[in-house]
Amino acid sequence: MGMNEALFTFSVRQADSALVLAQRLCEWCGHGPVLEEDIAMSNMGLDLIGQSRGYYSYAANIEGGGRSEDDLAFHRNEREFMNRCLVEQPNGDFGHTMMRSFFYSAFSALQHRELRSSTDETISGVAQKAWKELQYHARHTGQWIVRLGDGTEESHQRIQSSLDELWSFTEELFDTDRIDEQLVSEGIICDIGLLKPEWDVMVNDVLHAAGLVVPPKGYRSKGGMHGVHTEYLGHMLSEMQYLPRAYPDARW
Amino acid sequence: MSDSNNWPTWEVFTQKAQGAPHEHAGNVHAPDAELALLNARDVYSRRNEAISLWVVPTESIVASTPEDVGPFFDPANDKMYRSPNFYKTPDGIKQI
Repeated sequence: MGMNEALFTFSVRQADSALVLAQRLCEWCGHGPVLEEDIAMSNMGLDLIGQSRGYYSYAANIEGGGRSEDDLAFHRNEREFMNRCLVEQPNGDFGHTMMRSFFYSAFSALQHRELRSSTDETISGVAQKAWKELQYHARHTGQWIVRLGDGTEESHQRIQSSLDELWSFTEELFDTDRIDEQLVSEGIICDIGLLKPEWDVMVNDVLHAAGLVVPPKGYRSKGGMHGVHTEYLGHMLSEMQYLPRAYPDARW
Repeated sequence: MSDSNNWPTWEVFTQKAQGAPHEHAGNVHAPDAELALLNARDVYSRRNEAISLWVVPTESIVASTPEDVGPFFDPANDKMYRSPNFYKTPDGIKQI
């Protein structure tokens, strides 16, 4: 595969995960349990939209075929989306949303910390900003997991079942394929497999403080990066993409 | 923590630049200090307005009351000699 094609695919994968999670977080807008958390979730969503724009516009540039960042976000179908399956999972309750974001932002913060030293200037630029934002997301969501786990009997039981359900989507975060290997060998991206032990420590610290127990190994998701998704992504995209598809010339 | 209506409020102070004073920005609800800080960040510094934040439990603030207006604040008005108005400020001193 040509370098540009690999770089395009990597960028779109990165953008897709950020955008899909952003859309999920913004679904909370106006529905948060308290005003402050409502704002916090939208803030995190907007950070992720910023990150996805950085990657989409870079991908559109690389492709050079006239597709814009908006075309990539709003005019591709479910099978063409390459996000990790974790981020497309439905919001559930507030704790569920915190758990999902915590897993992702712990991962993504580590990844972007490393990507800051990418030999590719655009990627290192995006990473510089994303790293800061994602550290905050991991802190905010991690704090909530501790409080819910260590809260009432009901909050503990509910956040434990979120952990049980979402845990099976975490291993997929670290999946790679030949495209990644190619970019790693060029120094453009880091080998995310090397970050897994650090992610384990970050996550276990929080889960331990929360008094939560990691479920036994069982089913694990895979294939998001190749367009194979759970049943939820299609529904989410139909809502997210409705307006630009129904009114292609719509302007703010 | 089960009823969010019971969360206490925290007063938020933001510092806009190094050396500048922390100024009162508003308040947030939060169940504890750490989350008060995070909420303050999200509500009052989401567009980089601050480089430092303080949160203080609202109940810790001791405030004057509206009835204090007269006895508390009036007396200095008629004593010009209490204000340092009659000193010359040397050139080159910008802030005093």
